[in-house]
Amino acid sequence: MLQFIVRRLIVALLVAATVMVLAFILTRLSGDLATSIAGPGATAGDIVAIRKAYGLDRPVIVQFFDWVGRALTGDLGDSYFFKTRVASLIGERMPVTLTLGMTGLTIALLVSLPLGILAAVREGTGFDRAVQLVTVIGQAMPSFWLGLILMIVFGLQLGWLPTSGVDTWDGYIMPGVVLAFSSIPALTRLTRAGMIQAMASDYIRTARAKGLSRASILLKHALRNAAIPIVAIAAVQLGFMLGGSIVIEQVFALHGVGFLAWESIQKNDFPVVQSVVMVLAVIYVALTMVADLMNAVLDPRLRAG
Amino acid sequence: MSTAATVAGPKRGWRNAGTWIGAIIVGAAAFCALFAPLLVPHDPFAQDLGKRLLVPFWMEGTDPQHLLGTDQLGRDYLARLIYGCRISMTIGVTVSIVSGLIGITMGILGGFMGGRVDDAVLFAITTRLSLPVVLVALAVVGLLGSSMTLLVLTLGLLLWDRFAVVARSTTMQVRNLDFVSAAWCAGCSRFRILTREVLPNIASHLVVVATLEIALAILLEAALSFLGLGVPPPLPSWGLMISEAKDYMFFSPWVIMIPGVALFVLVLGINLLGDGLRDAFGTRER
Repeated sequence: MLQFIVRRLIVALLVAATVMVLAFILTRLSGDLATSIAGPGATAGDIVAIRKAYGLDRPVIVQFFDWVGRALTGDLGDSYFFKTRVASLIGERMPVTLTLGMTGLTIALLVSLPLGILAAVREGTGFDRAVQLVTVIGQAMPSFWLGLILMIVFGLQLGWLPTSGVDTWDGYIMPGVVLAFSSIPALTRLTRAGMIQAMASDYIRTARAKGLSRASILLKHALRNAAIPIVAIAAVQLGFMLGGSIVIEQVFALHGVGFLAWESIQKNDFPVVQSVVMVLAVIYVALTMVADLMNAVLDPRLRAG
Repeated sequence: MSTAATVAGPKRGWRNAGTWIGAIIVGAAAFCALFAPLLVPHDPFAQDLGKRLLVPFWMEGTDPQHLLGTDQLGRDYLARLIYGCRISMTIGVTVSIVSGLIGITMGILGGFMGGRVDDAVLFAITTRLSLPVVLVALAVVGLLGSSMTLLVLTLGLLLWDRFAVVARSTTMQVRNLDFVSAAWCAGCSRFRILTREVLPNIASHLVVVATLEIALAILLEAALSFLGLGVPPPLPSWGLMISEAKDYMFFSPWVIMIPGVALFVLVLGINLLGDGLRDAFGTRER
């Protein structure tokens, strides 16, 4: 078990390191950063001054290790546009994105677990087909468009929910539903498949033979086994949601990390962009690692492999 | 990759209907994309400020000249919709080709060679999955300026993971089969075995992945264009049309309904066709 954890940790660290390199390269794609920060009207003198002020006159490799070295101590540098520490900017915005992600995941699980379980129990019936139809529709739904439609219906016409901002808790409902929509198809399919497989196994037959109630068989025995891949996928989906929330934060004007990234991209604020990419990627790496470890704890068979 | 046979679905008849609906939608979209200039009633770029926000045919006060009405600059909505279909299809197919070339090459090499090569491929897949696609694509386009070519290359470089995963796992299943051993014994080169023996035998799985990737690329392009960092205006990308019409949606909801429904129907059609192909080929990869 210890060996498994150590090996998994090493892979996670290597991935995180590679992502840092990629995030750094990403922001330097445009060539000369000083020129783009200075803007079109700048003189040659301005550009030299900016290059010096931001340390862009140093060799790229020195800039990289300087950034990495500071990042490891929690210092992500200064934002050019917001004139403040990048780390505190991200720290301020992160609660909105995390709340949104958790709301989305909760809604997704509340919808897809019952749907998946019921579809599995009634495999092949009209209900099962209806659930499959829902997953196909969910997969094809453009999230930003769904967000706008919900805004028109529930915000404007019915007046039930605020159309933008999260001054109150109900501001998270619509964005959460939209975010959940992207994960519901995968989670529902997985739950259904896992339950069908579990229901066909010997221990369920034993449980039935013992005369256990239907609910007990379903929830205590079948779901517990089907839950292993669901837990793993749920963690991964949360990672996707945090990364993908940029579109939804933009639609609903939620000032989370995604919105921050979008603003910073428009403003050429590259220290913020590279840091947000890195932070989101590291969160994803951590989530997948936690998922793998939970899998190993829940299913002893996985530890060997 | 795990959901396996159980997901294959309940009734065949129902699945077949889905496949046909998908095929019809994709066929119609391909037709629109190929013959857009012949189909459009008006120039999709021609503005007419005297005819702004005309309503579509099912509403009162419509102009028979403009079946789907006009946008905020008086441009014909039907013409823009048809040209938008061309943009979506072009991006979907070209992104899928770029990502397919990268992903399939990596997947086959990893799956066939095993060992260190496979470790490297797996590591690349893990790293790629940890990158937030929308954010990275936005950053690249934001820094380099928006253009169709850049968008295709960026998405192509980001969406190869599923191709690689499926190519890798299917190659592993094929590599120890008798016909591959026979080719080794016959003295075929590794390149010949990979391209002539392995690739044709995993191709059906890859076609299914390609349909899913086309759908994904179309949705991503629309989202990026919606955020203002995808296809540059005045090109009538559906995402861009929704973004430009957003300010009018509370008064004229149809301005975002029309391109949104088109986007949804096209992606739905591609996914239905992909599901149908998966069933028809008997492949089990997601």
